[in-house]
This record gives sequence, C-alpha cells and structure tokens, in this order.
Amino acid sequence: MSTLNPSAERAKAIALGIVPPIIGLGLFILLWALVSASTPTIPTPGATFVSAVELFSDPFYNKGPNDMGIGWNILASLERVAIGFGLAALIGIPLGFIIGRFRFFNDMLAPIISLLRPVSPLAWLPIGLLVLQKAEPAAIWVIFISSIWPMIINTAAGVTRVPQDYMTVARVLNLSEWKIVTRILLPATLPYVMTGVRLAIGVAWLVIVAAEMLTGGIGIGFWIWDEWNNLDVAHIIIAIFVVGIIGLLLEVLLTQLAKRFDYDAR
Amino acid sequence: MNAYIQLDNVGMQFNTKRGPFIALRDVDLHIQKGEFVSIIGHSGCGKSTVLNLVAGLLDATAGTLLCAGREIKGPGPDRAVVFQNHSLLPWLTCTENVLLAVEQVFGKSESKTQMLERALAALELVHLTHAKDKLPGEISGGMKQRVGIARALAMEPKALLMDEPFGALDALTRAHLQDELMSICAATQSTVIMVTHDVDEAVLLSDRIVMMTNGPSATVGEILHVDLPRPRERLQLADDAAYNHYRHEVLTFLYEKHHKTAA
Repeated sequence: MSTLNPSAERAKAIALGIVPPIIGLGLFILLWALVSASTPTIPTPGATFVSAVELFSDPFYNKGPNDMGIGWNILASLERVAIGFGLAALIGIPLGFIIGRFRFFNDMLAPIISLLRPVSPLAWLPIGLLVLQKAEPAAIWVIFISSIWPMIINTAAGVTRVPQDYMTVARVLNLSEWKIVTRILLPATLPYVMTGVRLAIGVAWLVIVAAEMLTGGIGIGFWIWDEWNNLDVAHIIIAIFVVGIIGLLLEVLLTQLAKRFDYDAR
Repeated sequence: MNAYIQLDNVGMQFNTKRGPFIALRDVDLHIQKGEFVSIIGHSGCGKSTVLNLVAGLLDATAGTLLCAGREIKGPGPDRAVVFQNHSLLPWLTCTENVLLAVEQVFGKSESKTQMLERALAALELVHLTHAKDKLPGEISGGMKQRVGIARALAMEPKALLMDEPFGALDALTRAHLQDELMSICAATQSTVIMVTHDVDEAVLLSDRIVMMTNGPSATVGEILHVDLPRPRERLQLADDAAYNHYRHEVLTFLYEKHHKTAA
C-alpha cells in the first residue's frame, strides 16, 4: 500500500507525465548534436536555436515579394490550406452523406473513389496548372483533391453506421426526410465527420509543403526551398519544426472540437 | 363485433439465405378499445414479430391487420411504440425527445407553445418534470424508459405498443414502472399491446394474456382472461388465490404444454 499523501501522489503522477517526454526530447537533441558534430554542414542545436531566435524576433518584415518574414510565409500556407480544405469540406461532406444514404450513389461512385484515392496528391498538380493556368489556384486544387477523400469516406461510413434503433424511431414517428437528416443523421454522423475533417487537415498540411516547393511564390514550402538555395540549413531545420508544431496544433484543436460532438463519450 | 385492433389469419414469412422461414401462421387476435393485452411466449416465438406487424414495421405476408377499421400499412403515429432499449436520441434533451414525436402528430394543428405544453404534460405524467432539460446520457435506465413511455403517450396514440418495455431494468425499478404504467393506463384509457416474457408482469397488468406456441411457424396457443378488479395492488395480489391461479395457468402453458428445451 502506498503511504504517500494525495498531494504527493499527484506530484508523482505529474512527474510521470512530464519526465519521459523530456528524456525523449533530450535524447533527440543529443542525437542531433552528435550528427552535427560529425557532419559540419548540419548546424548544431545551439546554433539553430540562435538562428531561430533571430528569425522569430521579426517574423513579419516585408522586403518585397521574394523576401518576407517567416510569419507571412506561414500565414500564406495556412490560407491556402484553409481555402482548399474548406472547399473540400463543402463538397466532400454532402457528397459523403449522399453516398452513405443512397446505395445507388455508393455503387456508382465507389469505384471512382477507390481508383483516385491512392494517387499521390502532387500528381494532380500538372492538371491543376493546366486547367487553372496559375500556380496559386493550382496549389489550392492539390489541397482540395488530397483532403476531400477522408471527408467523403468518413462521412459515408458514419451515415451507414447510424444505429438501426434511431432509424426505427424515425420510421415509427413517420419523420420526414428533412427531419431524419437534421435530427438523426447529422448529429449521429458528426463524430465520423469530425474524424474525416481531422484526417483531411492532416493530409492537407502534409501536402502543402511539397506543393509550394513546386509552385513557388510565398509559403512555408517555398520558403524551405528558398533557404535550400541559400544553403541556410539552420532555417530548413527551423521550418521542419514549425511545420511539425503547426500540424500538431491543428490536430489538437480538431480533437478538442470533435470531443464536443461525441455523445457516446458523455 | 368489430374489434379496435384486429388480426385475421396473419402469417409472416421471412426470406433468408437458407430459404423461406415461416415465423408466424394463422394468428387471429381481436383487441377491444381500452384493453390491455400481453403477448407472452418463449424467446423466438415471434411475439415481437406480432408487435412489429401491428406497428407497421413489418408487412405481413398473409392475412389482414386492421386498426380502428383501417388497414395497417406502414408505421404511423396512431400506433406509438415503446422500445425495450428506450431508443431516445442522445443529442436531444428529454423534452426535445418527446417534442419530436409531438411535432409529428400535432405540428400542423397546434402552436409551438401548445406542443411544448403537451410534451411537458407527458413528462409530468411519468414524473420526470425535474429531468426535462437533461440529456438521456445523464439519467438512469428507468428514467430513460419513462421518457420513452412519455414520448409514446404524448402522441395520443390509438394504441400503445410495448416491446418488453421493462426487460432491461432491475426488478425494483421494473415494479415501480409497472405500477406507474397501471395508473397511467387507468387515467388515459389506453389500448395497450405489450410483449413480455415475465409471467408476473403479464398477470398483474393485463386484461388478457395471449400465449404463443413455440416457433418456427408459431401461432396463438391460448388466450387467458385475467378477471382481477382494478386498481390492482401487487402486495395484496401476492396472496390472492385468483391471481395465483392465473399465474399458474400461464406457467403451465409455458413449461408443461409448450416447454422449450434450452436454446
């Protein structure tokens, strides 16, 4: 039996929650330091940190379109993701609903979806450039096409998994199709839709970096490419961390949002 | 004589992968207005199928089903169903769950305030006014079942169809809800069909008990008239000779005449 008092118990629990990640992070930085010691072109963790402090001391400077602060680049990427992802949600979620609700549309669209879903998002870039003629909408198009699949598939799965009991209630009460959708299907499917949204935004954020490297302009992906041309490796490493942290934040944000809609978890 | 709910030569056949399965045959059942009828039988005897046919959730493959002189075609709000697993929508409060049913029946003829009053009155009938703004996930199983009953009653149905309504509850809660159901039925003069596998419940609540033979191709075996005066008190009835006689009749049917080897 533990003889610790409650506050000591809590301190122990907190320590157990914090210590392992710190050890992991420490080992990671140690490994990095060892690599940079043997490979002179890779900056040390210390040098990278100094560079990061300098970079983030003025993230929003603007010296013309080819030299803007990292803050502007991040915002530009986020904006592209928001537009492409938003359009995908606007089309993908209703489409998923229709596919889940009506067998006919499922049978009609399933082969196309299965065929197109495994295609690398970047393979769509030339088509986007060809049709849209410009780099900016082409990048958004790539985000759109890569983030629409998880939303269609998860929404459709959610609709087909609505508990039969609820549908029986709908039949017994003679609910109209409109009420079935608004009162039963939408709320019952929402947790699945949120899963789709979370997966989609993860994919979108993954893809934007690569897409921007190819399309150029302003954005975190192009910024990395630019720093590669400048041979500023410290900046590239910083960018990797920035992309990782923003991706993590988006994930956490949407997980929290999803929890609010999950009625089974209450 | 025309019955309120009338089943004549009703048969039900399901088409399964292994070929046709005859669940019910030649079911004749005439239920009067205001009557409380229980359907009892071993599991798999098709008693829930009978209820689903009356509810309109299934289409009979033979015979005719009438409710108030009209043929039963599909589900309708004139036949309210209380499900064993309550089937409340977890994202709506108790009031909203009841209101959903009320709007379906009275949406065209009444104002929103009138319908809200109906919903609240139904919740009061099952003594749940204090929980009206709670979500189903926040209340107990017995309370959920009472919301389910309130939802059904609020529709002012011609018939109340209950599919093992108290089967998932503990014995004490079940007894409490049976008593409540009796007083509600006395107050509203409801016509009730209840599926059950509980002999005491059937005898205590019913005017008639329909005993089903074992499936496949199950049918009505015997019908027992329970001629006990109302209001019925479970404590007094425990020592009542007539009550125990009826109980014995049902038990005899179930365990001697139509004994089912363990499934």
